[in-house]
Amino acid sequence: MRYLDFERPIEELDRIIQQQLDYAQKTGLDMEGEIDALRRRRHQLVRDIFYSLTPYQRIQLARHPDRPYCPDYIRLMMTDFVELHGDRLYGDDPAIIGGFATIEDRTVMVVGHLKGRDTEENIKRNFGMPNPEGFRKALRLMELAERFKKPILCFIDSAGAYPGIGAEERGQAEAIARNLMRMARLKTPVIVTVTGEGGSGGALAIGVGDRVLLLQNAYYAVCTPEACAAILFKDRAKASAAVSSMKITADDLLQLGVVDEVVAEPIGGAHQDWRETADNLREAILSNLEELEKVPVDQLVAARYSKFRAIGEFEEPRRKPVPFRNPSRASKVPPEADSETTFSAAAC
Amino acid sequence: MSWFRKPPRYTEINRPVKKTEIPDGLWMRCEKCDEMVFRKEWEDNLKVCPKCGLYSVMSARERIASLVDPGSFSEKDAGLASVDPLKFEGYADSLAKNRKKTGEKEAIICGEAALSGCKIQIGAFDFNFMAGSMGSAVGEKVTRALERGGEQRQPVVIVSAGGGGARMHEGMLSLYQMAKTSAAVARLKELSVPFISVLTHPTMGGVAASFASLGDVIVAEPKALVGFAGPRVIEQTIGQRLPDDFQTSEFLLEHGMIDRIVPRKELRPTLSLLVQHLSN
Ligand SMILES: [Zn+2]
Repeated sequence: MRYLDFERPIEELDRIIQQQLDYAQKTGLDMEGEIDALRRRRHQLVRDIFYSLTPYQRIQLARHPDRPYCPDYIRLMMTDFVELHGDRLYGDDPAIIGGFATIEDRTVMVVGHLKGRDTEENIKRNFGMPNPEGFRKALRLMELAERFKKPILCFIDSAGAYPGIGAEERGQAEAIARNLMRMARLKTPVIVTVTGEGGSGGALAIGVGDRVLLLQNAYYAVCTPEACAAILFKDRAKASAAVSSMKITADDLLQLGVVDEVVAEPIGGAHQDWRETADNLREAILSNLEELEKVPVDQLVAARYSKFRAIGEFEEPRRKPVPFRNPSRASKVPPEADSETTFSAAAC
Repeated sequence: MSWFRKPPRYTEINRPVKKTEIPDGLWMRCEKCDEMVFRKEWEDNLKVCPKCGLYSVMSARERIASLVDPGSFSEKDAGLASVDPLKFEGYADSLAKNRKKTGEKEAIICGEAALSGCKIQIGAFDFNFMAGSMGSAVGEKVTRALERGGEQRQPVVIVSAGGGGARMHEGMLSLYQMAKTSAAVARLKELSVPFISVLTHPTMGGVAASFASLGDVIVAEPKALVGFAGPRVIEQTIGQRLPDDFQTSEFLLEHGMIDRIVPRKELRPTLSLLVQHLSN
């Protein structure tokens, strides 16, 4: 277990509990009472810390190195996972993983970012920051799922797309754009969950879904707080000041209509109890999936269009200013133009 | 994701041409070649230095005027403008300043026009308005232009100069404009209505990583800076200087990311020809 700065008091208590346990074991004394009392104190301490977190401390929780990652959710929520590799164009990006799995008797396609937990794995996974081939692999797998009518579950946890020379040479912008365009029209249910960091275009590139869920301490932002601080205050170290301006934590995102549902984490954060986190998320995903599976596929795609179409706040004279609407609730299906007729010169 | 606080130093084009001390501004000194240039000649040359070929930024209205049949442009969604949904520090002031500076309400101008007699939907970014960044209002205007193209079966041309990418000041609402505009392109493609994307200096971040990279045909002006991550961000990440031509139109052409590089003067006939080919 690793501890963040504001988790130091918990670390201290964990150390004392461990000492007592060791002592009890060594001496054979019955210390249940004392240890129980310490555990209750720990529980209260975690609670106290958790309920007074600043927005920036929650960002740190979202980045906690002991947080469950995509493979952990797969293992804790699903069975029969078969990982699939490669974009069939250039390579296989370890910063995004994907493959078939079974959840509650149905096959789904899982696609998710993957960071490393230590330096070695982070180098292998490029800190969970995909190159174009990662996004293209994700799209290949999603199109495969569409063809075989399998629902898609996306797990977002990335600081962003990788800013590198090779990434630009191979069309980072095009890869992200194509995913957004194709995901908007996939003829199968898509459920997106932001499990940790939702960083910018690299997150959104696997984030266009019928439902967007967010774990309680995850964040979703147009740029990282550090990048925002660099621009706002010319100082990356002022990220904590930037966070409150950015409106990137659960309640704000729900209010903006950017996410549809916030999934509760255990007291103290997802890393305190993986099992409980995975159970909560599994339940949320399944209930959404069951709803989506009942919707005819063209209606599903049309509603997905409306959902993203409705996002944005602006003013316009003559018409009234567009008020906030939660797109998931206002899932009106717009008339789609008849795609049979094709464009012709007669229009000129 | 505002990549540009100051003009990027990686390409030589588009730096504003300095006015000289000559009061009536008939003559100007080109910043690149330092030659004296007759302003009228420079304007007739679409803000490209007649001596050295330096490209300067065109406003959205200048751009549209340079591309469509004279008098054919009719603006749509003119009053649509950004609000400050997050009450983001400094955004309201910034909007006010940029409106005053450019005389425009937003970073894109859209409308209907004719191109060699063919009706089109056109949109042009104004880089001088908050670095051509895309917030809710820009995203909505782009989406409406694409949707009008679909409804009226008219080709859509969007000239991007979206150096600011997704507008940081509107947070996630800006990021989602990428998904919204890309979804609108998807529907246009299903209808087989042509979408031509013109990339001009600079087009980065969330604008490049959405509709601008999704044209049926993508053309770019010479030496324009186009890419996803800002050059400074990449240099900081990899810890080395980038090659001079990195993320230029020429670089994109070489890597297969765009169809053609088209000089400013040839943009209008090229677009006209493309629209004809796509319509027949
Ligand atoms: Zn010159």
